[in-house]
Amino acid sequence: MLKKKAMLIDLTLCVGCNACQVACKETNHMPEKEEKALSPTTYTALDEYDGVFVRRMCQHCDDPTCASVCPVGAFTKMPEGPVVYDVEKCIGCRYCMQACPFQVPRYEWSSTYPRIQKCIMCHERLSKGLPTACSEACPTGATKFGDRDELLTEAYARITGEPGKYVQKIYGEKEVGGTSILYISSVPFENLGFRTTLQTTPLPQLTWNALSKIPGVVSVGGAMLFGIWWITNRREDVKEYEQKHNTNHPTNGKS
Amino acid sequence: MKKLFTTFGFWKVTAVAIILAGLYSTYIRFFHGLGAATNLNDQFPWGIWIGFDVLCGVGLAAGGFTLAAIVYIFNLKRFEPIIRPTILTAFLGYVLVVVGLMFDLGRPLQIWHAIIMWNPRSVMFEVAWCVMLYTTVLALEFSPVILEKFKMTKTIKMVKRISIPLIIVGVLLSTLHQSSLGSLYLIVPEKMYPLWYSAYMPVFFYTSAIAAGCGMIIFESFISSRAFKRGLEMDLLNEIARVCVMMLGVYAVMKFVDLTDRKMLSLLTVPRFETYMYWLEVIIGVVVPFAMFTQRKIRRNPNGLFIGAALVVVGFIMNRMNIAITGMEGWSGTTYVPSWMEFTITMMIVTIGFTAFYFIAKYFPVFTHEEHHDDKEDAHAANAWKRDIESVSRTSHIGS
Repeated sequence: MLKKKAMLIDLTLCVGCNACQVACKETNHMPEKEEKALSPTTYTALDEYDGVFVRRMCQHCDDPTCASVCPVGAFTKMPEGPVVYDVEKCIGCRYCMQACPFQVPRYEWSSTYPRIQKCIMCHERLSKGLPTACSEACPTGATKFGDRDELLTEAYARITGEPGKYVQKIYGEKEVGGTSILYISSVPFENLGFRTTLQTTPLPQLTWNALSKIPGVVSVGGAMLFGIWWITNRREDVKEYEQKHNTNHPTNGKS
Repeated sequence: MKKLFTTFGFWKVTAVAIILAGLYSTYIRFFHGLGAATNLNDQFPWGIWIGFDVLCGVGLAAGGFTLAAIVYIFNLKRFEPIIRPTILTAFLGYVLVVVGLMFDLGRPLQIWHAIIMWNPRSVMFEVAWCVMLYTTVLALEFSPVILEKFKMTKTIKMVKRISIPLIIVGVLLSTLHQSSLGSLYLIVPEKMYPLWYSAYMPVFFYTSAIAAGCGMIIFESFISSRAFKRGLEMDLLNEIARVCVMMLGVYAVMKFVDLTDRKMLSLLTVPRFETYMYWLEVIIGVVVPFAMFTQRKIRRNPNGLFIGAALVVVGFIMNRMNIAITGMEGWSGTTYVPSWMEFTITMMIVTIGFTAFYFIAKYFPVFTHEEHHDDKEDAHAANAWKRDIESVSRTSHIGS
């Protein structure tokens, strides 16, 4: 069984050189120009908060919200970690964009045949045993690629090793059930545009709570409706029958 | 301009103008993309085509399954005179929802993918299937009207034979997807403003849709009675108003209990845009019509009945728009105002719906029963609300 891959992003090591974006654009055949935010032509971008650089990108959730909401199953969580998108299936409902807790998917609004665009964690490179392009390009080791378990252990070692330097939290360890992108930082995450109030259970559970009631609603509801119909109908039959049996009555002759 | 209106009639000129503007927007939408036609963006991917065309379109068509259940399941045959126009309203509503979706979907020609590419974990998948099946059910429920016109008695018999299972399936499908439109938003607990977000959204969507469906039955009866110069089934509509007020009551209590349970009552006094919109929605759509419809005198009065029903419908639309737009704006950090092209396309779709209803009702036996009323009373009533209907429908247009 394949080990689940991940990336550990140590914000204290990032110098904001943007090499990750350059490598990403090259690998994914996108226009070269530098972009400061995610876009249909940018899978990863750097946000700056007072000299601290934060890499934005798809978090590759363990139980991805996008994959659960897509009506045609265009998203798949691969066993190696990447959440990939199949444009051939997509109908363009944009529920994935609406639902993504990290607000990652971007849309080709100006196209008449638009696609969803987001990081695909270089799944083709991964299948060849290569690391992601961004992690390979990172000169400082701020983005490190590896097995998720090992990276988690390492992240723990780093933050507990230097408790004065690091915030005692690994962002992505538990958020919405855990993600394949893990962050550690010296600045509290809420000051860096991270959403720190996310629940720790996967979001798809919320809709599943409702969806799983369907069989019950259908069977109980169906039986009830049929029952009511039967009773109301029967009442009429009985009435008719009784009328017929009053044949001795002088004013009979109808029905 | 004035001459134009007097020669062809105000509504015809307006309808043609709306459709022309809508056609231009349609061209932009399909030849230059969603970005060119809409004010949607990556922060705000769903606009009025989802909020109004889909959420309201489906919800306002809820009269169809409600009345079908009343007439055929509960066997209250006295409601039969209004079943055909109601089913027609529902059917057209669903057809228009699908048309609206074709505009909203980025790849509309791929819409059929939902039939073969399954994802049972997706609420959208369930909604897609229910809407697909229920539109078929509505077409079958309405088919006798078309078949009668062409005197295809054999086919009518066939349809009638399966009518009860058909009605039951229709009620079940409606129950599922009316509530599922609420489930769609269960996935955004962080994004939606907590006055609206609740684990019970599916239940709220269902009950409010029944109330609004009743409102639409009354509303549509009034419009039709004017357009076709026929009387009103005041007795029946009065009873529909009673169903409506019952649902409104249940809805209001549930909403209140839910807010209390979630300890969100204090939000009702926080001075911010969401709060005002929430109050507006609740007062217009629930409090006022509830107060009106609980009174026999108002229910028996055509004006009161019409205004109450219009309020329920407007309040319902506000609720869905608040959930789809107001409630989602704060988190996204953007404000979304639909572009004029989004507006004109929506208005075009609605106009086509009204026009289709008019022509189908004119050429097919939709209104078959003659109302058994005191003519004098009706004529008086018809005149009395003739003026009001115009002013109210005008304001309700602005509201939506």
